[in-house]
Amino acid sequence: MSATRQKPLQARLGRDDLIMRGYMLMLALYLVITLALPLYTMLSKSFSTYQFDLSQFQIQVSDEQGNWNSDPKSAAEINAALGENGIQNFATSNDGRLAPTKLFPEFSFRSPVNYRIKGNDSSAVWLVGSKRHNSTDWLELDSNTFRRVSLRPVKSTGLANYATYFSTPALSRSIRNSLFISIISTLITVTLAFAFAYALNRSQMRFKGFFRLVAMAPILVPSLLPGIALVYLFGNQGMLKAFMMGESIYGPIGIVIGSVFFTFPHAVMIITTALAISDARLYEAAHSMRAGRWKIFRTVTLPGARYGLISAAFVVFNLVITDFGLPKVIGGQYNMLAVDIYKQVIGQQNFEMGAVVSVVLLIPALLAFVVDRYVQRRQVAMLSSRSVPWQPPRRRGFDALCLGYCLLITIFIVGLLGVCQYAALVKFWPYDLSFSLKNYAFDLMDGGGWNSYYNSVQLALYTALIGTAIIFSGAYIVEKTSGFHKGRSLFQLLALLPMAIPGMVLGLAYIFFFNNPNNPLNFLYGTMGILVICTVTHFYTVSHLTALTALKQIDPEFESVAASLKKPFYKLFARVTVPICLPAGLDISIYLFVNAMTTVSALVFLYSPDTTLASVAVLNMDDAGDIAPAAAMGMMIFYTNAGARIIHLLLSKGILKRTQAWRAGHAAMSS
Amino acid sequence: MTDPAASYLRIEGLNKFFGQFQALKDIQLEVHEGELVCFLGPSGCGKTTLLRAIAGLDLQTSGRIEQAGTDISTLPVSERDFGIVFQSYALFPNLTAERNIAFGLENSGHNRREIKARVSELLELIGLPDQGEKFPSQLSGGQQQRIALARAIATSPGLLLLDEPLSALDARVRVLLRRELKELQRKLGVTTVMVTHDQEEALVLADRIVVMNHGLIEQVGTPADIYCNPRSLFVAEFIGEMNQLNASSTEPGQLQVGERMLRSEGGHWPADAANDLVAAIRPEDILPQANNSDALNHLDVTIGDMAFMGSFWRSQLHDASLGDNQLIADFSINAVRRLSLQSGNRLTVELPADRLLAFRR
Repeated sequence: MSATRQKPLQARLGRDDLIMRGYMLMLALYLVITLALPLYTMLSKSFSTYQFDLSQFQIQVSDEQGNWNSDPKSAAEINAALGENGIQNFATSNDGRLAPTKLFPEFSFRSPVNYRIKGNDSSAVWLVGSKRHNSTDWLELDSNTFRRVSLRPVKSTGLANYATYFSTPALSRSIRNSLFISIISTLITVTLAFAFAYALNRSQMRFKGFFRLVAMAPILVPSLLPGIALVYLFGNQGMLKAFMMGESIYGPIGIVIGSVFFTFPHAVMIITTALAISDARLYEAAHSMRAGRWKIFRTVTLPGARYGLISAAFVVFNLVITDFGLPKVIGGQYNMLAVDIYKQVIGQQNFEMGAVVSVVLLIPALLAFVVDRYVQRRQVAMLSSRSVPWQPPRRRGFDALCLGYCLLITIFIVGLLGVCQYAALVKFWPYDLSFSLKNYAFDLMDGGGWNSYYNSVQLALYTALIGTAIIFSGAYIVEKTSGFHKGRSLFQLLALLPMAIPGMVLGLAYIFFFNNPNNPLNFLYGTMGILVICTVTHFYTVSHLTALTALKQIDPEFESVAASLKKPFYKLFARVTVPICLPAGLDISIYLFVNAMTTVSALVFLYSPDTTLASVAVLNMDDAGDIAPAAAMGMMIFYTNAGARIIHLLLSKGILKRTQAWRAGHAAMSS
Repeated sequence: MTDPAASYLRIEGLNKFFGQFQALKDIQLEVHEGELVCFLGPSGCGKTTLLRAIAGLDLQTSGRIEQAGTDISTLPVSERDFGIVFQSYALFPNLTAERNIAFGLENSGHNRREIKARVSELLELIGLPDQGEKFPSQLSGGQQQRIALARAIATSPGLLLLDEPLSALDARVRVLLRRELKELQRKLGVTTVMVTHDQEEALVLADRIVVMNHGLIEQVGTPADIYCNPRSLFVAEFIGEMNQLNASSTEPGQLQVGERMLRSEGGHWPADAANDLVAAIRPEDILPQANNSDALNHLDVTIGDMAFMGSFWRSQLHDASLGDNQLIADFSINAVRRLSLQSGNRLTVELPADRLLAFRR
């Protein structure tokens, strides 16, 4: 027992260790470049303010003969002399320009008067046309050229943007609106989804498989598609406008209905999992104690599913508050945070204010993310305890009730999709309902035409392939590297972060980071490459967690065995790990494919004329009033995703069948 | 620890901490060339931690490990020379038995034909010549275990590490494989370290047993040595059955149990012992006597419950003179028949002085 604490031994690193750590660092670097740095750039942007400082500039005016009789004055003095007619508002953006001709009310470009301009020091910048000057020597210009001069602002750092944001009611009202819509949508969605999942899990009704399929359909379309359907049904020329009883669908009502539609599958999935793990023995015990049905529901069912419910609530909340497409299409004058980012950046070119709104939006999203992670962990702890699955009894009345309810939900989901398809096929809603394919002539509309569709498919394929490779190998490395705890936790954190970042925020951050001409990665801007990178990063977390789950099910000693046999880890990875995890790999790739097809938020900032996308085209055509073609394009996305899912299903089945010989037993062994 | 020149694996001053918890405490051990050594102890005693340190899978916090004269203390796993079989076998489920065995042979300078020959040889050796094409899930537990063993020895490593290799098997298969494992190890002559919590397995298989408890080595010795001369009460009670009688002593070799004075000549007399001693004797060492006698270590007792255990009767013995202490004795069927032993009878038994051990509580 002479053991004393001393400096622990350090393992000498083998070749495998070095390769694995090197690869992990590479992937960490990838995430830093595609996530951390852009976000940091955006954050620092939100603290940057741009103002015109007129005292920087000296201006002198000649008489009509070109003699410099008058004294040179600072532009600030000139402005002050103008009093109320002068320039009052000096705040501007990064891109701001101020024409000095505004300082001379009598200015005429035909005048023979000449002007000279210089800066007090080299920080004073002005443009002549697009040529930059920051000289402290006089620059002489005739009046026609002086017309083309514009002064540039100076940058300062501080909270001024935030102050502006919170003192502008038109902007800060969006916080309340976003929270309101998200909370209402969450309450409705979780309630409806719980009832749906309950019917699927706890009844003996028929057509369960069909209902499961229907509930997942909204995942296959962009979130703005239900908005278009609602416009057709309840809009100004809607068939069912009378049902609105004078209310407008453009605004909170439309956003909430659409949000329920597109978040429903997410909530159903989470709650179904939670309900599926509840223990039959608890029900038997409750029955043996003669507890009533309502009492059992309150004391057994709800507590058992509570983590699922909380988790679903936060996921839905997050989806709604960060969604951009739906409120853009059907929000009308009702402002929400995600749309504000778009309006500030695309509409007003005020990038700094866009960054401020992004930061504001980031807070609830981060909060929801943290709570969800915490709750998920608790649920996993519940899952690992051995429970006996519960077999619901056959109860005629209850089963019929469940069937009826699920049918109603089916009508809602299939109905909205059907309306889109119908509207896309008719000539002119609602006046000429004869069928035509004219709405599919995308090349005649704004939005990039059929190329957008092909680009989207291309993007989805690249994202699925490259993303799966990067994410799966990253999860493998972080799971199987021995030691190196700090590096692994850092990587885990980076891999979880994307889930907390709203797409709009990510997209804007990419503009700031990649569109900077000084960034060596600037060449990516406007290419398909940046769209793929952005989409992979945006959807990194869920894929990463899927891969981790699959990897955790593999015997942890495989790596030890391979090392003892002196086989490098990548041989084991290729010959054993990948084949075993093929189903999980397919799940990840279909997830990435579908999301790449439907996502709008991040990419709306990043596409170029050569890389227009189908989902963005839906948005742009809708914006331009081509609603029927927008619906048609949306349904193209739906069919493509549905096709991809079918292919995925066939592939998965094929793989399972071909590998059944070893898989069947493997499952039995691990159970 | 006979011939230091033949020592193949030498462990010196090994410590392992998990945070504040010390899993291994100053381990000193030598394993001889060709020997089969079992690490035996209850769960959490550090035996698996020690095995994993030898393999390089969990690096020790401090201490030195030498294999075949080379310091391997901090070498990465892939640069050490051992084959390993885990409790789960860790067979690659998507590869056939053959491919599993061949895994370590591929890309190591052997051509296809050599590999094939070696794999057939190994399949033959483990007695599964025609099961090579099957996937692990199509094999029984015992067969999987043998495939894992074949994979571990395929590259002819200098050291074979077995981490509870038999504990996932049925009792019958375990007994069968135990023998096969021993024969195979003899045939190959490979130095082997095996971790087990099954004392019977260790007794049958091991050339030497290392008994561990709370991260310490309690005793190292041959199975007979460990069984007959346990150095500590822990070893005594962990391996086999052991009667424990509260005792005190005033002079070495004399044990006061209840009102009786017993002579103890077995084992190691605990130094400066007085009160708080344990007199220990194995049930089978208690000898029934045909006649009454008050010779040394002879006791008159009443037979309590007798339980039939197959080849012997497990009998409870008690007597007022022993105080609260009770004895359990295993009497052979012959002895019971010959002496007509019955529950309730009085009987004289001998606790042979050389079999009566004394331990500090």
